Amino acid sequence: MAEQAVQTKPAIRVENLDLYYGEKQALYNVSMDVAENSVTALIGPSGCGKSTFLRTLNRMNDLIPGVRIEGNIELYGKNIYDRDIDVEMLRKEVGMVFQAPNPFPKSIYDNVAYGPRIHGITSKKKLDEIVEKSLRQAALWDEVKDRLKDRATGLSGGQQQRLCIARALAVEPEIVLMDEPTSALDPISTSKIEELVQELKEKYTIVIVTHNMQQAARVSDKTAFFLNGELIEYDDTNTLFSNPGNKKTEDYITGRFG
Amino acid sequence: MKTAGSVGMDRFRKQRTWRTTWEGIIPKLLLVCALVSVLTTLGIVFTLIVETARFFEEIPFVQFITGTEWTALFSGNQQKFGVLPLISGTLLVTAGAALVAIPLGLAAAIYLSEYAHDRVRRVLKPVLEILAGIPTVVYGFFAFTFVTPLLRGTFFPDMGPFNALSASIVVGIMIIPMIASLSEDAMSSVPRGIREAAYAMGSTRLEVALRVVVPAALSGIIASFVLGISRAIGETMIVTIAAGATPKLTFDPTDSIQTMTAYMVQAASGDISFGSTAYKSIYAVGMTLFVFTMIMNLLAQYISRRFKEEY
Repeated sequence: MAEQAVQTKPAIRVENLDLYYGEKQALYNVSMDVAENSVTALIGPSGCGKSTFLRTLNRMNDLIPGVRIEGNIELYGKNIYDRDIDVEMLRKEVGMVFQAPNPFPKSIYDNVAYGPRIHGITSKKKLDEIVEKSLRQAALWDEVKDRLKDRATGLSGGQQQRLCIARALAVEPEIVLMDEPTSALDPISTSKIEELVQELKEKYTIVIVTHNMQQAARVSDKTAFFLNGELIEYDDTNTLFSNPGNKKTEDYITGRFG
Repeated sequence: MKTAGSVGMDRFRKQRTWRTTWEGIIPKLLLVCALVSVLTTLGIVFTLIVETARFFEEIPFVQFITGTEWTALFSGNQQKFGVLPLISGTLLVTAGAALVAIPLGLAAAIYLSEYAHDRVRRVLKPVLEILAGIPTVVYGFFAFTFVTPLLRGTFFPDMGPFNALSASIVVGIMIIPMIASLSEDAMSSVPRGIREAAYAMGSTRLEVALRVVVPAALSGIIASFVLGISRAIGETMIVTIAAGATPKLTFDPTDSIQTMTAYMVQAASGDISFGSTAYKSIYAVGMTLFVFTMIMNLLAQYISRRFKEEY
């Protein structure tokens, strides 16, 4: 019993989260727990607040002027909106992969080494190790190992996105946030990224926003359905898709709107 | 016999009206307007070349380009036409100006692009650009009546009233807006996604600015430096007023010197006789100046093309 309690202790706990862009409220009283080493999918129509919610988890919304937050977000028991939080260290622990691949206009090697370097690693040997390990984790090593000095912007879209995943993993985060990571990719690249998500979950806790309900069903353990800034339903992915508890969820997943 | 169809066809038949005639004349008129500036440029270059060639009939090219004394406005056989002192004067002022303008301009650009709130930027950038519109003669008097006394009253009590230092500083101040504005343009065009990626890995603002945005915008930033330096080389009024009229091969910034541009002003406003060697030397110096600024402008173009980032 005690052991089970440890297992289910959440990596992320969100309680009564409200978010405002200036006067406009974008999230309403969202509460959810995310278990460690799981994949959680956030689904919902455009503008429902799922990306906004994702960005509260590493405080990327801080960069937008006029954003105000009420409620609690705890990572491993610590409120990340406390005054004594070092936002840079928080973001090191909570990596992020974006909608469109956004490699730096640097070499493949320098892209992956960027994070470790800013966090103080200077040894060439150590950096080499991290770059190789991260690229292997992102299933890109074999394709690029002979051209690490080439510019990252010369890679294909799918390779660029895996590079961005490698870059995010290079700072050894605990949690990886993915904001529609496959929306700009072709089907083959998409399936590679989906396989990758499955492998990464053994080491990381993953939260993924997706427009694609099949994708949510394929990759995630739990799924959260957002609508108009509210968390409508949050359940095991199988349950949510086969036996939704809420009429709105059912309407959405059966394609009646959105 | 008329059919509806033939009436319809008639409507599209070409007719000569004032509208079609006008439409034919317009492009020719516009072409003439465009040609005016092209022909003027060609005319200037042509005059420059012809007069410079005449100058070199009297003074050997090697003597001109390697001579270390410039006394073109002296009388008779005391005249010496070695352009190096004028070049060194120009380079001294330009180097000093670059030393002032590059760090300050880049710092201003980083502030505007990475730190300033939208509201601050919307006020500051136009103000900066207004600074670029101040007549250079005003800067010249600023150097002569404010900066030089300030320097003499503090760090350089022995410095003369005309010196390269105060001219360099003020030329530098004059080109800061240009460097800041062009560099800021280059930095703001770095896509937001690249910044977000850096922030999401735990970068501070300074790390994002220096390690991501500046390298990504480097071609535009360097091009702005080169264009700024090119402005400094060609700058005339400030150096004429504040740097003196003593052509001297020196690299001491507290000395009084003369730049190529300042010599041309002095010669052209003096009483040299038309067609004399001194008169033709204006063109030879002008040609030298033109070669310098043209190389800088070509360099700027080359850099911004060669090192253009694709995001």
